[in-house]
Amino acid sequence: MRLELRSLLADALLGLADDEMILAHRDSEWTGHAPILEEDIAFANIALDEMGHAGIWYRLVAELRGEDPDSYPDRLVFHRAPDEFRCIRMVELPKGDWAFTIVRQFLFDSAEVVRLQALQQSHHAPLAKAAAKIAVEERYHDRHLHAWVRRLGLGTEESHRRMQTALDQLWPDTVQLFEPPSHESELTAAGLFPAAEPMAAEWAEGAAATLADADLKIQRGTPGMNGGREKHTDHLELLLAEMQSVARLEPQASW
Amino acid sequence: MAGPISVERVWAELGEIVDPEIPVVSLVELGVIREVDVREDRVRVALRPTFAGCPALHVMRAQIGERLRALGAAEVEVEIVLDPPWSTDDIAPEARPKLAAFGLAPAPSPVIVLEEILTAPRACPRCGSVDTVLRNDFGPTPCRMIHYCRACLQPFEAMKPV
Repeated sequence: MRLELRSLLADALLGLADDEMILAHRDSEWTGHAPILEEDIAFANIALDEMGHAGIWYRLVAELRGEDPDSYPDRLVFHRAPDEFRCIRMVELPKGDWAFTIVRQFLFDSAEVVRLQALQQSHHAPLAKAAAKIAVEERYHDRHLHAWVRRLGLGTEESHRRMQTALDQLWPDTVQLFEPPSHESELTAAGLFPAAEPMAAEWAEGAAATLADADLKIQRGTPGMNGGREKHTDHLELLLAEMQSVARLEPQASW
Repeated sequence: MAGPISVERVWAELGEIVDPEIPVVSLVELGVIREVDVREDRVRVALRPTFAGCPALHVMRAQIGERLRALGAAEVEVEIVLDPPWSTDDIAPEARPKLAAFGLAPAPSPVIVLEEILTAPRACPRCGSVDTVLRNDFGPTPCRMIHYCRACLQPFEAMKPV
């Protein structure tokens, strides 16, 4: 693979890695606080899964950049400044109430299912194999989130109202779920990374159907904040300050 | 102690290392050892994670290195591989009764249609009753889920079919 393409692919994968890592952190904030014990267990696991998936993507980034796959991921996670992260803004937002958490996880994971399917066709074999591995695990997230969207959307007046409020708040940011990576045409022409537009269309159709089944309405119109993955909410800085605090106390420590 | 090691000796040693979280089955029985390659006194082991986020993976990696170095390997490389993804079908048949005796219901095999497998009753590892129900797709480790036995009136853990 040409050096320039390696670098572009690494940048695209860094975005996916950061999404998973930051969302994993938000999910982990429910540990000990979820509304019922079963969900405490479920979200601790979902957080762990997403962190594991982030780890896979970070290792691929390391290999593409010629870095050590064992130590580079920690450097990326614990020693970058907020403006060097490439996550989408949706995953940065505070965990909110349970409905917000469910809607965000549903929107994110349902997009992931579509993306992982397409990534399995990548000509970069390690990427295709990683996507196949992650897709197997994501089936359990998919089942879980579909059940919760229905349960709360069709539940009580209050649960429905909270779900609708969360969806109204999150929907504008879904525009980032399938934003094309930088120099997309070169990546797609080389068969390395799937084109965003067809994935976005497939996801939107599936997500709309699930939401409609749960009696939830998509309020179209208001577009999200402008700017790509370089632009963040203020929440990211606070999240990283907490997440990185221990590692930064002693950068040379071995864990 | 240093010197050439046979591939068979390495496999035998790996068969003695147990899963840190399921200490009744070995790494070989669990199906996570994909490949062993020996060049003189240098050993390369290809290790597949059960689940990507499994915290036991690091422990397994460290233990493999430690045990094989004790065997006389000058260099041990434990490479993490993802292909093909680990499946509960890769667990050795002789390990299944050991899992059940440990209180962990083995996964139905082969895993073809996930929804069918998950709606079929799993036998309770304690009393053997199939009057059981899936309670949670998630459990105390990434590879486990929680069922409930209506005969014993107790929850039980089961391997998550993948």
